[in-house]
Amino acid sequence: MTAINPIANDLHKRLGYGSGSAVTLDELPLGRDARIASVDWAALVPEEAQRLRALGFDEGAQVRLAYRGVFLGRDPLAIEIGRMTVALRRIHARAMHVEELAA
Amino acid sequence: MSRGPFVAALVGNPNAGKSALFNALTGARQKIANYPGVTVERKAGRLLLPSGEPVELVDLPGSYGFAATSPDEEVTRKVIMGEQAGQVQPDVLVIVLDASNLEQHLVFAQEVLELGRPTVVALNMVDLAARDGLTIDPAALAVELGVPVIETVAVRRKGLVELAAAIAVARDSAASEAAPVPRAHVTLPERRLLARQMAQGATLSETARHRIHARMDRLLLHPWAGPPVLFALLFVVFQAVFTWAAPFQDALDGLASALQDLVRSELPASLLRDLLTDGIIGGVGAVIVFLPQILILFFFILVMEATGYMARAAFLMDRLMAGVGLSGRSFIPLLSSFACAIPGIMATRSITDPKDRLTTILIAPLMTCSARLPVYAVIIAAFIPNTRVLPGVGLQGLVLFGLYVAGIVGAMVVALVLRRSVTKGAASGFIMELPKYQLPTVKDLALGLWQRAWVFLRRAGTMIFTVTVVLWLLLNFPRAEPGKSQVDASIAGHVANGLAVVMEPIGFNRDIALALIPSMAAREVAVSSLATSYAVDTNDEAVEGRALGDQLKHHWTLATALAFLAWFVFAPQCMSTIAVTRRETNGWKWPGFMLAYLFGLAYLFAGLTYWIAVACGLG
Repeated sequence: MTAINPIANDLHKRLGYGSGSAVTLDELPLGRDARIASVDWAALVPEEAQRLRALGFDEGAQVRLAYRGVFLGRDPLAIEIGRMTVALRRIHARAMHVEELAA
Repeated sequence: MSRGPFVAALVGNPNAGKSALFNALTGARQKIANYPGVTVERKAGRLLLPSGEPVELVDLPGSYGFAATSPDEEVTRKVIMGEQAGQVQPDVLVIVLDASNLEQHLVFAQEVLELGRPTVVALNMVDLAARDGLTIDPAALAVELGVPVIETVAVRRKGLVELAAAIAVARDSAASEAAPVPRAHVTLPERRLLARQMAQGATLSETARHRIHARMDRLLLHPWAGPPVLFALLFVVFQAVFTWAAPFQDALDGLASALQDLVRSELPASLLRDLLTDGIIGGVGAVIVFLPQILILFFFILVMEATGYMARAAFLMDRLMAGVGLSGRSFIPLLSSFACAIPGIMATRSITDPKDRLTTILIAPLMTCSARLPVYAVIIAAFIPNTRVLPGVGLQGLVLFGLYVAGIVGAMVVALVLRRSVTKGAASGFIMELPKYQLPTVKDLALGLWQRAWVFLRRAGTMIFTVTVVLWLLLNFPRAEPGKSQVDASIAGHVANGLAVVMEPIGFNRDIALALIPSMAAREVAVSSLATSYAVDTNDEAVEGRALGDQLKHHWTLATALAFLAWFVFAPQCMSTIAVTRRETNGWKWPGFMLAYLFGLAYLFAGLTYWIAVACGLG
């Protein structure tokens, strides 16, 4: 896991902004903009990793958690990325570490 | 090698509006078939150039990149590379881009452009982009991509002539060049960076994302409001399928009877006449009656797909499907299977995971298709008293509902077991783009319905026609001696006698065994077969139904009737489903498995029902 700017992150944490790079996409509060800091590609099935990458999920992409699923487990998730909305499972979101952006 | 008209292909991401553009460019002149050896649909049509020259236009499956993850995307790559059997390499590629999703769609576009083949870009759905607050400069984009860019709005036929002209120019320039000039290859991250720069460079103005989609999603994907809306919609769909279709079905039924009467009055009594009336008109007619229901169900499915709601339904259902090892993608095929398992099984092509797809195919016949309805209706009317359980809830309706639920629960349990045994594998994922909401166009709906109707009618005209004739022959040969029962003497009768030995333990008599044979062609034939073997001599179905009901009460116990209903929940009583499964799985292994497990379940549950009913004193 690589944080883009460890010092700024640390500062963020101390000041209580966001929760730094420790947050994965599924833990992001609804409707908050964030940037993907790193993706643990090895944790994903190769075909699914490829599909996610093709849809634009990669380091640096700006994302927002728009909706959570209905039934137990709060799965799946709807993620806004660029001008698209993409549905994916929590297991995918958990492989993506994000940094919240200031509003 | 001499060759036919030159070929152009539409390429692009899913949801780029390719199909609507294809429909607008080719009109109704389309040919739909399969690519040889794979179950991917090949859609081709004729486009006329401004010069009047015809072009074969192929609509390739939507793809996110050449590194294919589904059979559909594999075909797209192979066709473009000229490696696909049964398809000459396209002379001109038409990349279709969604104007409001440029940054994403330009990633695959660059990959296609790197090949250096003659290419034209259609900047599609510019009207939706404008509504979304986006203005794109096609000229700037053309400079950046190095190929012509034409603005199009398929539904309003905007830019179609210009696009055809650009295709002609690209073809002519290709003819003068010796070989395609591949461009420099770049990696995916580089491509994505370039896509962002190009999209930003070509965007003249951009306001915040239009709120209408977000507002609709806020209701339709809402954790509490979303599912009730979906279930209310499904309730309306089922109501429509079973009530709106009734008058049309009666009319088709009347038409078949009128045709039978006509043949009877015009031809002298003979075996050939019987083959025409009872065999061909009766058999094929019994299946065509379901056309109205199938069309109504597909109307709703097409509307849900065209508006973008179907992806939301898949989103809402994903968690429930995940519980049995499937994903939201299986929801659409299973919904179609309530009309008929055949289009349902064909709709599984959109499922990327092969094990997911196979599981969905195997459980699709457990959804109560419309062909079971006539069987259920006759038995319920005869054996279940028409009493009120609750205000507005009758016992008969409750039993019918119970049979539907039994099918669904059965399917879920089977899926759960299959995913842990024969189709074991990594838990399937669910990654799906939720497209923007859109109003469907009448033309696309009409075309889609016509294609579904045609597939169904062609099947009725070939497969079901053949099976009907063969069964009729089996029932009528060898001929019985005068005064003896024809059924007893026939080959089918002998088979039924043999079957009856196996069926007796679960409460089925010989008449039922006999009815089960022709109902392999189509389940609803069981009703007319029972009617025939109880020698009810009338053609009016209302009277036939009633008279048959009385006959059944005479010959059957309640335990037998309940066992018969349980049998039909599970039994794979339809050769066409088996045939389509063979085609979709490329072999006899899985249709064989499907037959075995469904017959096994049918026998087990019919038996259990019978034994329990007898033990309760209903025998």
